[in-house]
Amino acid sequence: MTDTAVLGRSQGMVREARHLLFTVTPGAAWIIVFLVLPSAYLMGVAFMTNGPYGLPQMPLSLDSFKQLAGFGFLGWSPGNLYTLLRSLWQTLVATGLVVIVAYPIAYYITTCRAKWRPIMLLLVVVPSWTNQVIRTFGWMNLLAPGTPLSSVAESLGLIAPNMGLYPSNFAVTLGLVYNFLPFMVLPLYAAFEKLDTAQVEAAQDLYATPVKAFWHAVFPQTLPGLLAGIVLVAIPAFGMYVIPELLGGGKALMLGNLVANQFSGGSNWPLGAAGAILMLLATFAGLYAMRRIGKRLGGGEEVVI
Amino acid sequence: MTETSTAERHSQRRDEPHDGARSGVDAAGSERTASAIHMQGLHKRFGASTVALDGVDLTIEAGEFFTLLGPSGCGKTTLLRILAGLEDADQGRLTIGERDVTEVAPHHRSVNTVFQSYALFPHLSVRDNLAFGLKMRGVDRAEREARVERIAEFIQLGDLIDRRIDQLSGGQRQRIALARALVCEPDVLLLDEPLSALDAGLRSQLQVELLRVQKRLGMTFVFVTHDQDEAMVMSDRIAVLNGGTIQQVGPPREVYERPVNAFVARFMGHANLYPISARQGQRVTTELGELELEPDLDTPQQGGGELLLIRPETLDVRLGRHQGVNHLAGRITERLYRGSHAEFRLAVGDTTLQATINNRGRRLPEVGDEVTLVVAPEDLVTVAN
Repeated sequence: MTDTAVLGRSQGMVREARHLLFTVTPGAAWIIVFLVLPSAYLMGVAFMTNGPYGLPQMPLSLDSFKQLAGFGFLGWSPGNLYTLLRSLWQTLVATGLVVIVAYPIAYYITTCRAKWRPIMLLLVVVPSWTNQVIRTFGWMNLLAPGTPLSSVAESLGLIAPNMGLYPSNFAVTLGLVYNFLPFMVLPLYAAFEKLDTAQVEAAQDLYATPVKAFWHAVFPQTLPGLLAGIVLVAIPAFGMYVIPELLGGGKALMLGNLVANQFSGGSNWPLGAAGAILMLLATFAGLYAMRRIGKRLGGGEEVVI
Repeated sequence: MTETSTAERHSQRRDEPHDGARSGVDAAGSERTASAIHMQGLHKRFGASTVALDGVDLTIEAGEFFTLLGPSGCGKTTLLRILAGLEDADQGRLTIGERDVTEVAPHHRSVNTVFQSYALFPHLSVRDNLAFGLKMRGVDRAEREARVERIAEFIQLGDLIDRRIDQLSGGQRQRIALARALVCEPDVLLLDEPLSALDAGLRSQLQVELLRVQKRLGMTFVFVTHDQDEAMVMSDRIAVLNGGTIQQVGPPREVYERPVNAFVARFMGHANLYPISARQGQRVTTELGELELEPDLDTPQQGGGELLLIRPETLDVRLGRHQGVNHLAGRITERLYRGSHAEFRLAVGDTTLQATINNRGRRLPEVGDEVTLVVAPEDLVTVAN
């Protein structure tokens, strides 16, 4: 091999390395500065001890995790556990309701004429262009005691007199469903739009009743969209802060509120950090579960999320 | 519509075979019956302006390999979908076997379809695809598995049974689609251009295979295609459709050799067609000159057609000038050599004509050769315009 060939090859490698440096560095730097370092800091804080004004201090300890599990100065209390369970429950209920509401909407949009579909999708998405806090305040006004909706609920005996639909767990659920609907409709719409109708006809032809044809030929085809939607809804819902804070009236706390309160009130940074880590772990567990479900129902095929 | 359960209908058919049913042997070797289909005045339109079917009356015999042939948009697929129950006719009646199924939902008809795109379920294994119809019918697990194994052996794909659909080739998918429909042992099997996605070699191989399956099972097959060669190879009878109406129904030879009109003549193969300007007894005059016909071939309906049809392969091309009945003097203007045969374009007087000669290793005429074309009176047919 000649020297020029070696030189040419090494020059090529240098060029490639430089190319990589230029393209990867900005993204990597961003991730390191705004994700890796803060996460590492949070992780460290979680294992420190609570000091005056709620700021973390040495020595390292597992105090914050014990507190998160409910062990305080006065022995064990279930408050945090309730918050965690409420978070899971609210996420589950809200995600389930979002699926129930979004599935027919997404299907309906695909049955519309091609020229109307973008407009329908726009109508679904437009509300989310408004600030979340403002929209949530809107719901407070709609559900507060004395409003028409509350009066109707009151006259039907659904709520106690003068209580109003807000603040309540119901209001939080409603807020979550409303807020996350577009995130479910869009991936489901994408799935419905490329639905292979021949499969549905084949199922009918092979003696499937309409219900079974849906279950065996339509549902599996929409599953990737459904799972993507569930991830897009459930994960942010689990950590939701604004909606439970405003519509729950500070009573229906979720994990996000617990974490936020530890930091903002200056009460206990290590405890907040521990809560954040718990949230992160739960998220990963959820993603993993979704992948497994997708693989099993998708016939071994990867469902991309 | 009253509902009879599948089991009841099966036993009923076995005990008292009725008219229009022919028995055959299924993959299991047990006796089964095929059903005749009667269509009466079927109309179908899509939207305000598109007429898909414009009054179709047709009877398909039990155990027949019947082909619906026509160009795209002729209504053949719509007709098949009406048979399957995936589409409802606007007017008319449809009977399969003894049963009026005009308004019966697809999952209540003993009819199965092989779809053009195969429409296999990608999330299910080959085994589960094959078992789908039996499962929906409530056939118990043991019997289901036995029948699936048997059908997989029958189509010689037993070793693929645990594969996923996306691991199969086009030809394998086609066979799985066929087996998925056959395993239900329907009264009628519908095939919607099932071979159109395959390359030529595999296609002709599967044509033969399909034909053997049908003969062995004795099941009524209704086959849709736009390929006249395929239709002629496969079918007992062919219905040629155009513009939502049936042009002609008959065995392949009849449809090819005795077409009733210019559309059928052209659709079935190369056709030399000439308007008849005068006729006297069995002698007709066209721009080619005077030609003699056989009396019983002066169709349609013996009144005589307005056009004279000469199929290219019925012409005998002789070098040099010769005299005699139905002898035409011509000159070769174009030659397409195709190995087994050659196609010629000839000038006869002021008009042109196509001829095909089988290559028997003799000298083939060249462009510019003066030749005499000879056609036997029994090979000349008149057709309607």
